[in-house]
Amino acid sequence: MSVQLAAYSTSTGEAFQFWVLGTVAVIGALCTVFMKKAVHSALCLAGTMIILAIFYLANGAYFLGIVQIVVYTGAIMMLFLFVVMLVGVTAADSLKETIKGQRWLALLSGLGFGVLLIAGIGHASLTEFTGLTEANAHGNVEGLAALIFTKYVFAFEITGALLITAAVGAMVLTHRERTERALTQRELSERRVREGKHVPPLPAPGVYARHNAVDVQGLLPDGTPSELTVSRTLRERGQIRDVSAEALNDLKALEQRAEERLERAAITPPHLKRTEEASK
Amino acid sequence: MNPVNYLYLAALLFTIGATGVLIRRNAIVVFMCIELMLNACNLAFVTFSRMHGNLDGQIIAFFTMVVAAAEVVVGLAIIVSLFRSRHSASVDDASLMKL
Repeated sequence: MSVQLAAYSTSTGEAFQFWVLGTVAVIGALCTVFMKKAVHSALCLAGTMIILAIFYLANGAYFLGIVQIVVYTGAIMMLFLFVVMLVGVTAADSLKETIKGQRWLALLSGLGFGVLLIAGIGHASLTEFTGLTEANAHGNVEGLAALIFTKYVFAFEITGALLITAAVGAMVLTHRERTERALTQRELSERRVREGKHVPPLPAPGVYARHNAVDVQGLLPDGTPSELTVSRTLRERGQIRDVSAEALNDLKALEQRAEERLERAAITPPHLKRTEEASK
Repeated sequence: MNPVNYLYLAALLFTIGATGVLIRRNAIVVFMCIELMLNACNLAFVTFSRMHGNLDGQIIAFFTMVVAAAEVVVGLAIIVSLFRSRHSASVDDASLMKL
């Protein structure tokens, strides 16, 4: 492998690998941009990153290839998926444009940028490829370590400071201080009695509705849904499921099915019909 | 195959990521597109390292990865706290300072 790395032209195997996996990587990147749901985008991006890791390995960056898989697909993408689940998988991207024609302008400028970038690389004189045979002679990891702890040791130290700052920053940003003591169950019940409102337990969700899931409001005797029946957290998040139209839809579907059955009954052979009449 | 093709692939991936940042409205997807751009840069660095025959490019790519990890942690924390206060991850909704 290291002999091939020195060559100006790569082996056929690497070329084949590049064209197959490169296509998949570009498709994955496009899917990241154009998939409607954030979860799908994250998974496509994870696939692209794994392919990039293979490319690093093919380019002689053995340490980076493994780090790419461990850090990017292992840690960063899982963090992304975690946040996607936290923020809400159901939240689809709004398709409304805030600035008119922004989408097309963005596509156009992206295309122009890409053309400029690729034309720039095409015009650069990248004729000689030294290859990493010499640099990797004593092992890739050893070579990297020698550089990190001599030439780049200052940057490496600063990286440590950066990581600590990032960890502290994340904690500060997501931490929420409780400003007052949480009320105990006794205090809550005493307050309920004092206010004389909802002294018995709150009504259960979905009792008079057709479902008994926690996110379905119970119906009052007159058929209107009651907000009280659903947990306050769900109410504040706006995750209450409204099933009041579902019963009507079910009924409609049932009627349609019945009609289909009747039509089929109408084209049944006449002798069956006669038996039905006879039975009457 | 000429190894320069890796640079073309990196440029393509970077362009796709940049376009995604401009097009998408969901903050998380915008963030993913930024990650894609960083990865494309890393691929270019690794290819340059192979081109010049020394490991400095790989060191830079390694530092990029560290910075990306730190950036993701802080950025996702910002998105989560933004979502907590606005109940939306859309970048259009955070327009409090607009006239």
